[in-house]
Amino acid sequence: MAGLRHCPTGVDGLDQITAGGLPAGRTTLLTGGAGCGKTLLATEFLVRGAQRGEPGVLMAFEETSEELATNVAAFGWDLPALQAEGKLAVDYVRVDREQIDMTGDFDLEGLFIRLGLAIDEVGAKRVVIDTLEVLFSALDDTARLRSELRRLFSWLKHKGVTSIVTAESGDGPLTRHGLEEYVADCVISLDHRVNEEMAIRRIRIVKLRGSAHGTNEFPFVIGSAGFSVVPVTSFGLEHPASSELVPTGVPGLDSMLGKAGWYRGSVTVVSGDSGTGKTTFAASFADAACARGQKCLYLAFEESSRQLARNMASVGLRLDRWIEAGLLQVQASRPTEIGLERHLTTVYEQVEAHHPDVVVLDPITDFTALGGGVAIKALLMRIVDYLKNRQVTAVLTSLARSDGSDTSMSSLIDNFVQLRALEHSAQRHRSLYIQKARGMAHSQHVRRFELTDQGIEILEPVQVATA
Amino acid sequence: MSSPPTEGGETWELRLYVAGETPRSVAALANLRRICEERLAGQYSIEVIDLLERPQLARGEQIVAIPTLERRLPEPVRKIIGDLSNTERVLIGLDLRPER
Repeated sequence: MAGLRHCPTGVDGLDQITAGGLPAGRTTLLTGGAGCGKTLLATEFLVRGAQRGEPGVLMAFEETSEELATNVAAFGWDLPALQAEGKLAVDYVRVDREQIDMTGDFDLEGLFIRLGLAIDEVGAKRVVIDTLEVLFSALDDTARLRSELRRLFSWLKHKGVTSIVTAESGDGPLTRHGLEEYVADCVISLDHRVNEEMAIRRIRIVKLRGSAHGTNEFPFVIGSAGFSVVPVTSFGLEHPASSELVPTGVPGLDSMLGKAGWYRGSVTVVSGDSGTGKTTFAASFADAACARGQKCLYLAFEESSRQLARNMASVGLRLDRWIEAGLLQVQASRPTEIGLERHLTTVYEQVEAHHPDVVVLDPITDFTALGGGVAIKALLMRIVDYLKNRQVTAVLTSLARSDGSDTSMSSLIDNFVQLRALEHSAQRHRSLYIQKARGMAHSQHVRRFELTDQGIEILEPVQVATA
Repeated sequence: MSSPPTEGGETWELRLYVAGETPRSVAALANLRRICEERLAGQYSIEVIDLLERPQLARGEQIVAIPTLERRLPEPVRKIIGDLSNTERVLIGLDLRPER
C-alpha cells in the first residue's frame, strides 16, 4: 500500500492527526452515536473541499437538502450557494419503510445511478453518504444489503472519489451493522461523553491504512466555524522565536526580568491566591499594549467588562478609554459547564477576527477547576500553541493550587510569575517572584509589591522569604 | 381523486423502474405481466423506465432499489421492490386482494 495518497480535508486539526488527511480515492467510515457530530464533520469535509476546488456530493438519508442547509448555516456555510456554483450536489434519499414491500430479489442500482449522476453533475472529488444505516431499517434483506454495500464501496473506489460514509456505532462491534468489515482503509470514531457534568467530544482514528497515525483519542470542539480537533501530540517546537520585547506594563517587573519586558509571542502565567492582584497584572499588561497603540483581546471569565474597567480604574488603569478607542476588546463570559469548549474556541475565533497583538485570559483556572482536566488542558494547550504560532503575546492568570496543577502545562509556558500574600506584623503584604522566564537572566528575588493608584509598584527585595 | 380498488372499469397505471436489461429486470417484467393478465386484464398499462437512460428520474421519483414497481394509479401511489417473484407479496403491495 505504499502508494496511498492523502486527501487533505481542510478540517481544522483533522489532517494533523491523520498525518495528512483521509486516504485519497478511498472510503472512510465515520462512526459515532447520535449527536456526536458525524453529519457536521462529513458536511464540513465537503464544504472545505468546495472551497479548495474539490466539488462534492452529499447523499443524505436523514435530512433534506433544506434542513441540512439550515443546520449548518450557523457555521457560515452556505450550502445553497455552493450548490448554485456547481461545487456541491445534494441528493436527499427518502426511504420510507411503510411504502416499501419486498417482493423478491433486488439490488441498489437506483442508488448507484443517483450517486453517479450527482458525481458527474459537479465533477465530484469528494462524496459523503449520511447515513447508510437507514437502508438496514427500511429493507429486510440484510444479506443482500451487505453485498450491495460491499459493491458500493468498491464502486466508489473505482470512481476515484474520496468519500466518507457515516454509520451509527453499536454496542459491541464498531458499527451496528458491521460496516467496518467492508471499509478497509480508514475508520474514524466520534464520541460525546459527559464527564463530571462536562461534555467532552473526542475523535479517534481507529484504523488508517498506510499511515503512522496517532492511536490516541483527541478532544475536538465544535466552534462557530466548524470542527476543530486538538492534536495534543503534535506540539511542534516550531514556533517562531522573536527577540522583540513586549513590556509587561509593570516597570518593576520589566527590570526583574532583566530586559524591557518579555518576548513577543511568549506565554506568561501569573499565578496566585485569591486577592493577590493577578487581574491587576494582566490589566497592566493590556493597558501598556493599548498605550503603545496595539490591540488587546481580554477574555474575562469572572468579571464583566464594566466591573473590570471600574476596578482597574482604582489602580490608575483607565481601560475604558482603550475600549472606546477600539484597541481593547473585552469579552466577558462565564465558563458554564456545558459551554466550556465553546469558550476556548472563542479565543481562536476572536483572534482570527480582531488580530490582537496581545491576549489576556483571566483566569484560566475556572476551566481546569471544572473537571475533565485532560481534555480541557489539551484545549488550553492548543490555544497556547496557536497564540505562539501567531506571535501573539499572552498573559494567563491562574489561581494557585496547592497541588501545583496550575504549573502542569509548564512545558508550553514561557514565563511563570508567582504572586503571594504574606502576613507579617499584622499586615498582609503582597509579594512576587519569577519562577521561570525562558531566555532571560531574571531576578531570583522575592519582591514585595503594592497596588497603588498609579498601578503596580514593585518594592525592594524581601530579605527573608517565607514559604 | 381517490377511487376504491374495484373491479370496475378503472385503469391501473404501473411503472417498472429497471437499470438495463438484467436477468432480474426481465424476470420482474415477466412476473408483472403475468400478474396483471391474471388480475387486471384489459385495465392496466405498464411503463418500463430504464434509469440508465433517464437517471434524473431515479432522483425525482426517489428510487433506490431496482427493480421498483410503482402503482401510479389508482392513488395513493405505492411502491414495491424486488423482482416480483413472490406473487402474494405483490398482490398485497399493490393492494389487490389475493384470490381465495
